[in-house]
Amino acid sequence: MTTSAWIVLLAPLAGFLVIALTAKVLPWRAHGWIGTLAIATSFAAAVATLIALQGRGEEERQVVSSAWDYAVAGGVDAQLSILIDPLSVLMICVVSGVSMLIHLYSVAYMASDRGYSRFFAYLNFFVFSMLLLVLAANFLLLIIGWAFVGAASYFLISFWYRRTTATAAGIKAFVINVLGDVGLVLGTFFILRGTGSVDFLQVFERIPEAFARNDGDLVAGALLLLVGAFAKSAQVPFHTWLPDAMEGPTPVSALIHAATMVTAGVYLIARMHPIFEQAPAAADVGAILGCATLIIAATIGLVVTDLKRVIAYSTMSQIGYMVMAVSAGAYVAGLFHLMTHAFFKALLFMAAGSVISAMGGEQNLDRMGGFKKAMPFTYGCFIIGGLALAGVPPFSGFFSKDDILLVMGEEGGWHWVLYAVGYVGAFLTAIYTWRMIFRAFWGEPVEQARELEHGHLYHAPEPFNPANGEIEDTDVGFPGPEHHIAERAWTMKVAMAALAVLAIVGGIVLIPHTTTWLETFLEPTFADSTIHPAENDSLLLVGLVLGAVLALGGIFIAYTVWVRRPGTSAQWQARFSGLHKLFVNKWYFDEAIDFLIVRPAAWFGRWGQQTFERVFVNGTLVGGTSGIVRAGSAAVRAAQSGFLRAYAALLLLGVVAVGLYFLIQSA
Amino acid sequence: MSMEWYLVVSALIFSIGAGGVLVRRNPLVILLCLELMLNGSNLALVTFARMHGNGDGQIFALIVMVVAACEVAVGLGLIVAIFRRRLPIDVDELRELQG
Repeated sequence: MTTSAWIVLLAPLAGFLVIALTAKVLPWRAHGWIGTLAIATSFAAAVATLIALQGRGEEERQVVSSAWDYAVAGGVDAQLSILIDPLSVLMICVVSGVSMLIHLYSVAYMASDRGYSRFFAYLNFFVFSMLLLVLAANFLLLIIGWAFVGAASYFLISFWYRRTTATAAGIKAFVINVLGDVGLVLGTFFILRGTGSVDFLQVFERIPEAFARNDGDLVAGALLLLVGAFAKSAQVPFHTWLPDAMEGPTPVSALIHAATMVTAGVYLIARMHPIFEQAPAAADVGAILGCATLIIAATIGLVVTDLKRVIAYSTMSQIGYMVMAVSAGAYVAGLFHLMTHAFFKALLFMAAGSVISAMGGEQNLDRMGGFKKAMPFTYGCFIIGGLALAGVPPFSGFFSKDDILLVMGEEGGWHWVLYAVGYVGAFLTAIYTWRMIFRAFWGEPVEQARELEHGHLYHAPEPFNPANGEIEDTDVGFPGPEHHIAERAWTMKVAMAALAVLAIVGGIVLIPHTTTWLETFLEPTFADSTIHPAENDSLLLVGLVLGAVLALGGIFIAYTVWVRRPGTSAQWQARFSGLHKLFVNKWYFDEAIDFLIVRPAAWFGRWGQQTFERVFVNGTLVGGTSGIVRAGSAAVRAAQSGFLRAYAALLLLGVVAVGLYFLIQSA
Repeated sequence: MSMEWYLVVSALIFSIGAGGVLVRRNPLVILLCLELMLNGSNLALVTFARMHGNGDGQIFALIVMVVAACEVAVGLGLIVAIFRRRLPIDVDELRELQG
């Protein structure tokens, strides 16, 4: 079992190295398949690990496998070790499975890009980092995986490195992610100081003795861990990088910024549940901010006109649900939603990539319309993804979202607020998802859709940057000349079909009163959890009905506003212009961060450069020292006249002086 | 005859030599004056040997002579080299070491 778990980790690393080292040797076409094969190997090994784990007894389902001791110093035993338990196995299965399909999709989608090999090398590196993150058995390896994932995300957001908008977005994402890394590292210090260990299982064992409930140090440490989780998972107020990260190629958005990397924060909170249960104050902060994120992102999603950014805000919103769930102790529900979300969100992104290709790179919803006939397969995928995301029964999203909100209700107290906001968010989710679908696929077919109906794929006369309209070429550093849409490339079709099936049936693992597979499976990891709200069947029934009604109602409203009575949205915009402005400007988070942090930092930097460095460091310290040396040497230099006789005279005078001194002394 | 006179003479020779080193500009003459200084000190060494009644000072004087011979060989060689390169035979002109 441990061998297969190590293979899960090493296969993507091997793929990354092979692709990187043979970049100039093998034909570029091969690299896509090498990358896909590496991840497929990893997925197969993950499934093997899952089977092996299920073959063990309940009590033996937490296995630590250590490759070697990296260092033992100061009481810290830094081992290169992986933890195989139900939680990590669930994560590796989801990560490697979705990654495999997205690699398959990319084989066709990126085919005309001049950076094809580089793309797959980065993608494999990302999968390796993500698997390292979820398999790590101690804080040190977790931090390494955490930082690698951030770096891989940066590489891939800035993949089209000649686009200024893409490089700026990459830098933004990296800076915020590093902020999260710092939080994670500092949080680890608090844990290490209290428990004297960095090993997960040891730490979790010692937490109850080392810290009192809501101990100040523990809460500080847990909050710092939350900073790490929030920066990675794009939660308020560290979320501003995620919409910008849509500058990357669409498969990247599907893999990293929807299905895997951004869920790392959810994984972290679930993994650290003994810490958060001992520090409920920090957990409450997590739940409240997750709840705030889900509603803020949903409202922004209502008004964004960029196709990919709508899905990005939807991702933020859905991760808000997950963070809220795992922070409030609904671990199984949160991870259930993580899994189903990975399926339908990756599917939606892939379908969006297909639409964007058909539009010749255009991403603006305002210019889309009527693709229903031109792209039936993509349309079908969008419908399935949209139904799952909106939470229409019996699609996967319905069960997972409902499960989260049910636990919120069962916990009672102030969790009722989360419950209510969660349902409002679910309603908004249905509206914005279907707004996107209706606007892209219904209505009058646009020129591009009509061309496609006749079998011609539209290409923009000149390639351009969809974010700012700048004219580009198709050389390396920009997207390639050809556009690939799902209707024509079988690899894309296969990947999307597989995800569509999973999006439909993914909910089967945890249907109330029918199946409890996921709950039983995750039991060993969360056995020590103390949060067990009483089950409430009437609430369950209310929740299921309410969820279905809200989802269908949201879809109906979207239908009314954007199909049946076009123009309604313009009226509403005019009527609620203040609210609309707030949403269009994304609640002014970018502006607020700019005003509160970026500008003071820039001002401080300018002050440091102009005043502190130029005047104090350069002028006083450096200039003063060199001035003293220069003045001193000028005086001493005069003695070096070069006159031999002067030297001789000095020598003589010196000897005479010494002689006289001793004479006088002895007298 | 008292020993002091030897010392007086040696001091005199040494001073003449030192004065010559300081005031002359021809390197050859400076070398000669250096020899005077060395010989002045040799005379003092021999005198001290006599005063103390052992041979240490005399041996010292012999060693000084050997060193002086070497020094003259090197010094003359330098002067010849300077002459061959048609540089001025004047220590005041040779001042590349000026800081």
